[in-house]
Amino acid sequence: MRIFSKSKLQSIVLRCAVYLSAILTAGTLLCLVVYILIKGIPHLSIDLFSFNYTSENVSLFPALINTITITLLSLLIAVPLGIFSALYLVEYAKRGNKIVGVVRITAETLAGIPSIVYGLFGFLLFVNTLGFGYSLLAGALTLAIMILPVIMRTTEEALISVHDSYREGSFGLGAGKLRTIFKIVLPSAMPGILAGIVLSVGRIVGETAALIYTAGSVAQIPDNLMGSGRTLSIHLYALWTEGLNTEQSYATAVVLLFIVIGLNALSAFVAKRLGKGKV
Amino acid sequence: MKKAKLKEQMMQIVFLISACISILAVALICIFIFINGIPAMAEVGVFRFLSGSQWKPSNDVYGIFPMILGSLYVTAGAIMIGVPIGILTAVFMARFCPKKLYKILKPAIDLLAGIPSVVYGFFGLMVIVPLIRDYLGGSGSSMLAASIVLGIMILPTVISVSEAAIRAVPESYYEGALALGATHERSVFFIVVPAAKSGILAGVILGIGRAVGETMAVVMVAGNQAIIPSGVLKGLRTLTANIVLEMGYAADLHRGALIATAVVLFVFILIINLTFSIIKRRSKI
Repeated sequence: MRIFSKSKLQSIVLRCAVYLSAILTAGTLLCLVVYILIKGIPHLSIDLFSFNYTSENVSLFPALINTITITLLSLLIAVPLGIFSALYLVEYAKRGNKIVGVVRITAETLAGIPSIVYGLFGFLLFVNTLGFGYSLLAGALTLAIMILPVIMRTTEEALISVHDSYREGSFGLGAGKLRTIFKIVLPSAMPGILAGIVLSVGRIVGETAALIYTAGSVAQIPDNLMGSGRTLSIHLYALWTEGLNTEQSYATAVVLLFIVIGLNALSAFVAKRLGKGKV
Repeated sequence: MKKAKLKEQMMQIVFLISACISILAVALICIFIFINGIPAMAEVGVFRFLSGSQWKPSNDVYGIFPMILGSLYVTAGAIMIGVPIGILTAVFMARFCPKKLYKILKPAIDLLAGIPSVVYGFFGLMVIVPLIRDYLGGSGSSMLAASIVLGIMILPTVISVSEAAIRAVPESYYEGALALGATHERSVFFIVVPAAKSGILAGVILGIGRAVGETMAVVMVAGNQAIIPSGVLKGLRTLTANIVLEMGYAADLHRGALIATAVVLFVFILIINLTFSIIKRRSKI
């Protein structure tokens, strides 16, 4: 009888611990989001979206435009490379191919490198050695390397999940390998690839450490890609360094939060379509 | 016909070259960081660089021991805070959570993973630092603040990897435990979770990697004094913070010493990643 009650007590304690942790996790997120929304939304004014940044009006609009530019540029470089790599790994490489093993290991390594090391590397290679200076291009190239493993991995998973009967059907109808890949395999894998791209956009938008010494922190929209410009995340960091504009910092944090929430919703939506496609 | 074949072969070569880009990237990163960092480390003296407790760039004294300790301390703190909560939440998600709640909780965890590190840092600065200052004393910017912020940041990593590991345990283990008369809780904690042990460990190591490499959130809440940390409520500086704080104006040997700091960080991360992939491989078998 005693043993029974002891084990019962233990069960209750365990159950409490599990519930408490889940509440803590959810509570922390809720706290963070609600706090930033409450503090930030009242400071979201039209002025913050004016075209020019001045010391009186620390507009976040230039940063927003720079963020979009850097995102598009990084994707333009990394998406084809990532998809092509994954195509090689999944569709072309034969079993036991040595290159495949090396590519997998290096992609895993790339995924684990901290963003500040990317930033330093981009600073040494693009900014100094290649002489780009602080520029959107240097920032985008650095970020492209950073998101490459994400796109590779998600594309690889999406390609593997395409049923072999699709490929066989296409070959059976007389299509070549390239045609099969571009007309049959890639379209079927598209939702998975898109989800990976959305994930990468999230990483780009949130990145600071890799950009601060590559894209620099000039608060204007540069004339061309060789000019320096800050993204939203750097804008928030720079406002903290200056320590003057707390209200605008809150507003910037809100905009960042909105973008991230939007991206997450988008990736969930895409993933849902992926689920439907499989049925 | 011949033209089509040529195109096929050309594209295959293009794909192969793309696949080699990531090899090239890793090689370039290693070369650039090491070539620029090692000479400075040699000039200072490897032993003096790693174990020196003084970091005074103005006097050309470069010892990164305080920063190594700083990184170790905040990581340990983040593990103490994030890992127990993370694993228990993973257990909840995999075994206790009603389906309807799961549909809300899972996207919430994903959101936690997606929030930019500057926003975490900003939240820490505005909420956690003042709380510590008011209730525990000190300036607030401290090891404790950094550990809490990092502990929150590693939660989604620990949760999602652990949850996948717990879900991968065959249902028959759980059913067997139930059939022997164990309660739901005891079956989960004494049978299912131990079986998922190595997967959970992989999640923890991935979390450690994230904590060691995190820069912005830590810079904003840790105080950043380049001295050996002397208490939980005192400020400290991590390896990552050291680089980001001084790179903007550093020159000559100072700059070399900062890149050498990145070499040390890089070696730490490589060791952590290696451990992770070994454990991951073992847990799959």
